[in-house]
Amino acid sequence: MILQTNGVSVRYGAAWAVRDVTLTARACEVLAVVGANGSGKSSLVRALAGVQRHEGTVLWDGAPTPAGRIGYMPQDTATRAALTVFEVVLLGRLRGLAMRVNPRDLAAAEAALTEVGIADLADRRIDELSGGQRQMVLLAQVLAGDPLVLLLDEPTSALDIAHQLHVLATLRAATRQRRLITVAVLHDLNAAARFADQVALLHGGRLLAHGAPMEVLRPPMLELAFDVHVAVDPGSDGHPVVLPLRARWS
Amino acid sequence: MAASFVADIATGPALLPVPAVLRALVAPGSDPMMDAIVHALRLPIAAMALLVGASLGMSGAVMQTILNNPLASSYTLGVSAGAGFGAALVILFGAALPLPEPWAIPLASFIFAGVACAAVAGVGHLRGATPELLVLAGIACLFLFQALLSLLQFLASPEALQQIVFWLFGSLTRATLPKVAIVATVLAAVLPLLMADAWKLTALRLGDERARALGVRVGALRLRALIAVSLLTGAAVAFVGTIGFIGLVAPHVARRFVGEDQRHLLPASAVMGALFLSLASVASKTIIPGALFPIGIVTALIGVPFFGWLILAAGRVR
Repeated sequence: MILQTNGVSVRYGAAWAVRDVTLTARACEVLAVVGANGSGKSSLVRALAGVQRHEGTVLWDGAPTPAGRIGYMPQDTATRAALTVFEVVLLGRLRGLAMRVNPRDLAAAEAALTEVGIADLADRRIDELSGGQRQMVLLAQVLAGDPLVLLLDEPTSALDIAHQLHVLATLRAATRQRRLITVAVLHDLNAAARFADQVALLHGGRLLAHGAPMEVLRPPMLELAFDVHVAVDPGSDGHPVVLPLRARWS
Repeated sequence: MAASFVADIATGPALLPVPAVLRALVAPGSDPMMDAIVHALRLPIAAMALLVGASLGMSGAVMQTILNNPLASSYTLGVSAGAGFGAALVILFGAALPLPEPWAIPLASFIFAGVACAAVAGVGHLRGATPELLVLAGIACLFLFQALLSLLQFLASPEALQQIVFWLFGSLTRATLPKVAIVATVLAAVLPLLMADAWKLTALRLGDERARALGVRVGALRLRALIAVSLLTGAAVAFVGTIGFIGLVAPHVARRFVGEDQRHLLPASAVMGALFLSLASVASKTIIPGALFPIGIVTALIGVPFFGWLILAAGRVR
């Protein structure tokens, strides 16, 4: 499967959040969307997920909707719902759920909990968990739905480094094994460099650069996009390492 | 709940022995006087308490879910106030209507409960039905209908004013078996419709955006749920007057026991509502023996301290 956007733009009133973004993403690849705060990352992912009104076209193998499900994980994980983790993950199978839950749906929810590594949280209430734990629960919910496309808005922003590494490795493995298209908004440029096959760098709603991490994560691009002085080490394993030095205005 | 139901039948101006009540319920015929009191007078009231309590409890649970607000209920968001305005309108100007008053008042209050819900849904339709906007629309609706009701009370003759105030207190004594059948039919019709949306309503508890991401058409779901609430509340308050608090407190208690999987929360809220109103009905007859307290006052007088304890109690049942 291939995702092609053509001239995607998102506007809130008179302000353009995303302007004329044209890019491509392929099955088995992770595309990291990076950029400064307010650069349009979340709006772009919401447009791809079909929950944000937009201009331009989003095509999946040439069709307006993909052949399988989109698993979209919004940025905001806050909830006051008195639901157990297992119930929340089971909701990932919402389309097939009936009054009596099918054993296949139960098994899928259990498998997703195990895949993300939070099987021990199954009976805990989601409103009693930390932000990082909630993020992992919602990721398990997305995976439980057997999606063909993963659209994740900052899926690791509240995680400690060990869980970040685990979750990103899990996502990349799932992307390869299940032949998914995965688009993830990431703030951590080194995580993008390490786990993404492609990087899309946004600046002021426009696509500044799109390509392999080594091509995109270069000092001139990053200095323009983030207004920061950086050094980029080519990395011994082929993944560039970004070292922020100081903000350009300070 | 069964014990409360039997106690509700047994209590009244004449205290009936429980075995005799059970006999009259299960095998009528041995004591015609007892049969008459139980079946013609007390049974409709006791059954109405269960059905109205169940309707209000369930509609409160739905309101709190679709509006993502623990304070939401058909009482706090103007639906009951709309019903009260409809009743007052008929009490004042109903003489010209072709319907007899015992049916015209419920019909008008049912219609105006629907008008209040439609107004809230209409605002949502115009401006995008976010929970916050719907709550604001509901509160505006409450103030509007309360003001209109006050205007009618200001214009009413002393006799009509007394009748309006008594209606607003809420009373189960107006219950008859045909009216019980109507409330039961509405409840039986709406319950499966709500249960069919149970998983989608559960998904809505995670927020609009997450529910949409899971494939829920949020606006259509809210509209369906509001219509269900309108029918449940309209049918309930039409025959017994405005009874507050049940719709607010029953879902909170149910939630403590079963969580927010709506497959369990909706029936549990209905059971809690039925139990509370049935107990309140017993209490309304026993607080001062021989006197009948208006049920709407009793629910609040007993419910408020209980609700306070519920909020303050440390730890959870579940």
